[in-house]
Amino acid sequence: MSLLVRYAEQSRPPVHFFLDGQPQTALSGDTLLTAILTCANRLRQTEFTGENRAGFCLMGACQDCWIQVRRGTGPVERLRACSTLLEEGMSLSTSATVPPVMTGAAS
Amino acid sequence: MTAAATTSLRPVIVGAGPAGVRAAVTLAAAGLNPVLVDEAARPGGQIYRQPPAGLTRPPEALYGFEAAKARAIHTALAPYAGQIDHYTETLVWNIEHGALDLMNRDASGQPVSTVLPYDSLILATGATDRILPLPGWTRPGVYTLGGAQIALKAQGCGIGKRVVFAGTGPLLYLIAYQYAKAGATVAAVLDTAPFVNRIHALPGLLACPDTLLKGLYYTAWLSLHDVPLHSGVTLREISGPDGTVAALHWRDAKGRDRETACDGIGLGYGLRSETQLADLAGCRFAFNDLHRVWLPERDDAGRTSVAGVYVAGDGAGIAGADAAEAAGERAALALLQDRGLPVDPTRVTALDRRLARFRRFSSALWTAFPVPAGWAHDLPDSMTLCRCEEITVGTLRQTVRTDTPTELNRLKALSRIGMGRCQGRMCGVAAAEVLAHETGRPVSAIARLRPQPPIKPLPAATLPAPVSGEDTP
Amino acid sequence: MTHHLRADVVIVGGGIVGGSAALFLRQAGASVILMERDRPGSRASGVNYGGVRRQGRPPEHLPLAQRAHALWANLRSLIGEDGEYVRSGHLKLARSAADMASLEAYAARVENFGLGLQLLDTADLRRLYPMIGDSAIGGSLCPEDGHANPRLVSPAFSRAAAAAGATILDRAPVSDIRITPEGFHVTSAQAEITASAPVLINCAGAWAGELAAGIGDPLPISVIHPLMAVTEPLPPFLTVSIGVEGGGVYGRQVERGNFVFGGGRGFAHPKADARSATTPPDFARPERQAALRLLAQGTGLFPALQGCTIIRSWSGVEAETPDHAPIIGPSRIHPGLFHACGFSGAGFQIGPAVGAVLADLVTTGRSVTPIDAFRPDRFSSPA
Repeated sequence: MSLLVRYAEQSRPPVHFFLDGQPQTALSGDTLLTAILTCANRLRQTEFTGENRAGFCLMGACQDCWIQVRRGTGPVERLRACSTLLEEGMSLSTSATVPPVMTGAAS
Repeated sequence: MTAAATTSLRPVIVGAGPAGVRAAVTLAAAGLNPVLVDEAARPGGQIYRQPPAGLTRPPEALYGFEAAKARAIHTALAPYAGQIDHYTETLVWNIEHGALDLMNRDASGQPVSTVLPYDSLILATGATDRILPLPGWTRPGVYTLGGAQIALKAQGCGIGKRVVFAGTGPLLYLIAYQYAKAGATVAAVLDTAPFVNRIHALPGLLACPDTLLKGLYYTAWLSLHDVPLHSGVTLREISGPDGTVAALHWRDAKGRDRETACDGIGLGYGLRSETQLADLAGCRFAFNDLHRVWLPERDDAGRTSVAGVYVAGDGAGIAGADAAEAAGERAALALLQDRGLPVDPTRVTALDRRLARFRRFSSALWTAFPVPAGWAHDLPDSMTLCRCEEITVGTLRQTVRTDTPTELNRLKALSRIGMGRCQGRMCGVAAAEVLAHETGRPVSAIARLRPQPPIKPLPAATLPAPVSGEDTP
Repeated sequence: MTHHLRADVVIVGGGIVGGSAALFLRQAGASVILMERDRPGSRASGVNYGGVRRQGRPPEHLPLAQRAHALWANLRSLIGEDGEYVRSGHLKLARSAADMASLEAYAARVENFGLGLQLLDTADLRRLYPMIGDSAIGGSLCPEDGHANPRLVSPAFSRAAAAAGATILDRAPVSDIRITPEGFHVTSAQAEITASAPVLINCAGAWAGELAAGIGDPLPISVIHPLMAVTEPLPPFLTVSIGVEGGGVYGRQVERGNFVFGGGRGFAHPKADARSATTPPDFARPERQAALRLLAQGTGLFPALQGCTIIRSWSGVEAETPDHAPIIGPSRIHPGLFHACGFSGAGFQIGPAVGAVLADLVTTGRSVTPIDAFRPDRFSSPA
């Protein structure tokens, strides 16, 4: 299930990534938020009640889209999904679980 | 500080939207070498936000009637590339003792903090949507109006297939139009302002006939394309199974309960200025009755109560992108005047006249699209008010019963409202309205949340930049 | 028009000390008026780190700290809420052999006070606290020390005092004190009130020095601005409250997941309307270099913080004395005047016991807890 709907600019090159350990594909120029929400229905779960969240303002103000990201075998970082561009092979988590190290190709 | 030392620093501008870009260009044209700091990778601000590289729609497709203005802002810096230092993807996280703290990432991704001293500073920090929550507003699928627009503009995405735009303000109609043109089904536009307000506001709105006409055009276009437009509504609740969005429940102007099926909702009640940096810079604030918020005090040119600090654009009070361009240029001219540099007096007069018209227009807009009276009256205890800390209206009311907080900072200390990652950007306006209602005081007496550095989350791994030359971060 | 009120005791300052003094005095049957310049618990008492720690205090301070320890155990019955108080343990880390030796020496020195200190060598530390970075080589654990939420606890003391019958006047900054044979007449022009009593307690925090000087009983109070920061909520990684031998940084993870840590100093926020140049500021702000040093200290000690973000930093306005020990006891000049101030950044834990001691002093003329180390006259040069 997806939350965001692509209406335009759909002929961009694909970018492969991992979402909660599963390979997924988005488009070059997608933010983490767009990449995740065109193939899933949440970005994160809240710390106190566990309810699903999927961002709100998309302009770096509401801070409701910070997610855990891992590049390759690197450490886990927390990044703001609405203002960070997706990179090939990123491993992203939509929960409190840290994104796994994914060594195979994402495609 | 001596006079010589005072003028040795480069003027600094925060924000590369219409106000900040115009300010930078004006200073550069006068021979100064300003530093322009912005969180985005490319200039334009939110209103003229540019998509990332690789997205190819032309400005006409992204900004409609405003394409020429957007293109002008996007290309304005290039001729002054040698004079204007544009620090992109850089967060100003603090202001202290006449210097900014900037955070950006070095080539390895390491977050680095740099001190940038200023003696002249133009804050063009822009705005975000003014939000009044309703039950269900934290569900995935509910976005701010501005967020809904950015999804479309910067990513080619919509927030749903069947979308409702709700709240109040001219943005409702513009974004509904843009979504419908993009191919989404706009299930309804629900405006809490009664239609009669727009008629009352008409004389003031005529101060900017072009803008008024565009607004009328969007409304007419939506009507022609059978998009249901309702004014004078009351928004009730967002519902759907398992925390999703399936319907918006609302009450029409005649008091009938209605329900509109949808999978995405854009919500907003006009805009709210981003004023944290002006606060940290020590600017005096005053309550603005029309906007119902605290704003930095300024003269018509943008001078604040702190010598050398100017505010321009929507960050200094909402007036829109065209006004922001004029205000950015005017603040830059004020800076030049205050440094004893020559400025063209006819240009100053022309800008002052233009800005006066924009002020009349924006006053009229608040008349046309006011914060709904009585919004704070019947909120359920269970509604989340602060989405960061997940604090409910009930907790606010409990705090009022036990401690009678009369201002927001005390409420924050006791209830955590506004204490989370966004520092009250999303809930502060609403919390002030609810606290005012619960304590029987005017909103003007509720004060404002004190901003605390970092004004946006700062990586804990941030290191101070290695000490080098004085003005090269 | 000024209203006149009378009571057995007037307390100036609604922090944790003033609030608890008011509560215990009411329990002892005295009538109490408490005057607070803003809102109870809104200054140092309410914005401090929240450490409820005995470990590290000098031996001569421990009887007071032990009395406080017993009061904290009954916090809910005292103030009606738990204030997020937990006996998490307080672990003081050593980063060098010399620091470890100093922790060992301290443990030996306070052996008879019943703190139950447990010394941990490097292997113990790695096994029990794997989340702590390699810079620590050992530590000393005080299992029954802990932490609480000062934003909740400190205002609650004044609230409990009010419920017990004390008159709490907030937004009542003192503008004048007159002393007559009948006692003290304390006026707040802003609140349009004069409160009179034969006994006056000065627990006005950072403003206590100004109050004392105004009635000819100067105290060596200076003002400090401790700096603190907090991360976004994180999964649980740390149970104990952490300090470091030699200072520099301290931290705790609260139940909601945020890591609160402090170290270094902020600076005074420009004053809006001070009575004089010597009036302490209403607020303080973090200082940039100190804030970045604190981040480095925090991430150095806790690798788990590397990838997370800081969402706020803050500072406060606290009173400090030349020997970093509080001033608690009767004035040597004015009979009926008691000082309780100068807590030097370590008043939160002992606060409730200081209130109890003040109630003792006022109602019985003596304190059952030894407070000789805190005598107000200890700073005067020998005659």
